[in-house]
Amino acid sequence: MHTVLQSPGESRSTINEQLTKADKIRLLRDMYRIRRFEQTSLKYYNLGRMGGFLHLYSGQEAVAVGTISLLGENDHVITAYRDHGHALAVGMSMNECMAELFGKATGCSKGKGGSMHFFAPDKRYWGGHGIVGGQTPLGAGIAYALKYKNIPGCCLCYLGDGAINQGAFHESLNLAALFQLPVIYIIENNGYSMGTSQKRSSAYKSSLAERAEAYNMAWDVFIGEDLYEVRNRTNIAIDRARKTQQPTLLEIQTYRYYGHSVADANAKKYRTSEEIDDYKNNHDPLQIFSKALLQEEVLTQADIQEIDKAAKEEANAAVAFAEESPLPEESDILNDVYWEVDNQTEAAKHGYYFFNN
Amino acid sequence: MALLTYREALRTALDEEILRDENVVVIGEEVAQYNGAYKVTEGLWAAHGDKRLVDTPISEAGFVGMGIGASMLGLRPVIELMFWSFAYVAFDQIVNNAGCVRYMSGGLLNVPIVIRGPANGGTNVGATHSHTPENLLANMPGLKVVAPATAYDAKGLLKTSIRDNDPVMFMENTLLYGEKWEVPDTEYLIPLGQADVKRVGRDISLIAHGRAVLTCLKAAELLAAEHDIDAEVVDLRSIRPLDEETVITSVRKTHRAVVVEEGKPFCGIGAQLVSTIQEKAFDDLDAPIGRVASLDAPAIYSPPLEKRQLPDPQRVIEKVLHLS
Ligand SMILES: Cc1ncc(C[n+]2csc(CCOP(=O)(O)OP(=O)(O)O)c2C)c(N)n1
Ligand SMILES: [Mg+2]
Repeated sequence: MHTVLQSPGESRSTINEQLTKADKIRLLRDMYRIRRFEQTSLKYYNLGRMGGFLHLYSGQEAVAVGTISLLGENDHVITAYRDHGHALAVGMSMNECMAELFGKATGCSKGKGGSMHFFAPDKRYWGGHGIVGGQTPLGAGIAYALKYKNIPGCCLCYLGDGAINQGAFHESLNLAALFQLPVIYIIENNGYSMGTSQKRSSAYKSSLAERAEAYNMAWDVFIGEDLYEVRNRTNIAIDRARKTQQPTLLEIQTYRYYGHSVADANAKKYRTSEEIDDYKNNHDPLQIFSKALLQEEVLTQADIQEIDKAAKEEANAAVAFAEESPLPEESDILNDVYWEVDNQTEAAKHGYYFFNN
Repeated sequence: MALLTYREALRTALDEEILRDENVVVIGEEVAQYNGAYKVTEGLWAAHGDKRLVDTPISEAGFVGMGIGASMLGLRPVIELMFWSFAYVAFDQIVNNAGCVRYMSGGLLNVPIVIRGPANGGTNVGATHSHTPENLLANMPGLKVVAPATAYDAKGLLKTSIRDNDPVMFMENTLLYGEKWEVPDTEYLIPLGQADVKRVGRDISLIAHGRAVLTCLKAAELLAAEHDIDAEVVDLRSIRPLDEETVITSVRKTHRAVVVEEGKPFCGIGAQLVSTIQEKAFDDLDAPIGRVASLDAPAIYSPPLEKRQLPDPQRVIEKVLHLS
């Protein structure tokens, strides 16, 4: 059931032909915004303005921007802890994302979740999940609810190449195929899970996505550096989900430029600098899409510089917003634990919920 | 005596036990080639090779269960969890298999496994990564639970845990890995179930485990300096088995107690201690037993707020003053 309808490289499908000039510029801008947001966040992380982990998405931008650009008002997104790219791609503001990293009350999660736990249900973005593979049953569940409610949408559920080895993911694949759920699992295969290469972590024949065969599920594997190609190939799966409510397992090959997280002490040990440089110089999704748009005469080099500059300014403004924002109050620690308590309902009046003495 | 970090103490314990017993094998994510996510196993793969240090995929249920199965045939696997928070995807293996097979087989089997890794808050990694499940695990008869507070204890307890014939859940703390303590150069073991009085005092017993012991020691210094209160600090070291005698002896002497933990209060270790003390030393108490725990919500990310959520010396002192 390896259902590739177009061969790789055939990127000018109808779905891409429908893009207006303005659409294309927006897609490039979105990738620049992610890149600059993250580089700025890294700078302030290193200045000690945030705590915990910071998992950067740089190098993978065409995957989030390309796939999410295909979504409509009934479609949903859920991902793992490397979640800033998806968050910005669904339309979350740099301000709320940066403020979350700074642990401020104005953050998307009020400073409670941090880098790994961004949420925006109003944008149908269901997190930001820190436990590897933990989001994969939720993706099936979102698709289950869509189907139950007869909503013709789908859920894109992202995971890493390391996450495919969590039991919960295998159970999810079986459930999705058995119940015919409109979920699209997207393995963002950047070749490594922390310091472990794909070869050292997974047993497979030709690809990771091929595991879908065992569940009689449609699947596809492709390179994710060209945004047009990402849209083209992902749209096939989205169409299938919306029209026939069938799941798909996609494996999109990509690369992360930075270490696993900023705390990755071995970031330059398990990969050669030649390998990293090769991706940066020859496979960078921003450069590749910029080149395509220059060739199409959608914009000029000067326009691209303008987009880049605007993205940097927006990121710096987000830092200023985050710095000026207040911290949560100490009393906020005990809010947002129970819905009934937060809403002071009848149900919350019986018994004790908290045990601070 | 050498000054070793908590991390180095754990590492030397692993190193010595790997050399001592060919059945000891260290299994987990990034433990070998990467040298350990928190560098506890640094250098061990280079020294002992692929057979003794095994890198795994991110499959906790699988490799924890594999370790349990292997231990039934006499291996002594030491399973590293990058965080104890990730044990939850392997909970069935730990609770039903490690915890129950001996009982269900009428004593035919035993499970000499150690599952170790950090279990702590305070590093701003959010709710999913900040769990402290020692109370959950100690609630399961069949499992043992250990939580060292110093490098000395970490080494002695880990060596004992590896030699123990039952499953031992070994709770470390990322905030302690880099802290240094005196550790003897010669071999020593610390029995499980033996608490340690880390500071002798007359007026009140502060009872804790793990990093909360250090919080209590700081609080005790301040209580002595600023309030003329001489606190005794009892480090449980092992939670199950629990050294009730040392706890009760201390309370009989001081007549007051505050139990301190970094876990959440409901059904916490402190709750168990309070129950034990009131039952066995009720007549010796001059005041209700105080409890200090983390504020009762999932771990908040915001760094300054997370500091407030965890017990600190100030909260311990306030509780003590309230009882005195
Ligand atoms: C259950 C669980 N085990 C381990 C971890 C620690 N951890 C976080 S990310 C990660 C590597 C994941 O790699 P991959 O799935 O390839 O995603 P990538 O980081 O490359 O985006 C590991 C081991 C975790 N968060 N949850
Ligand atoms: Mg990966």
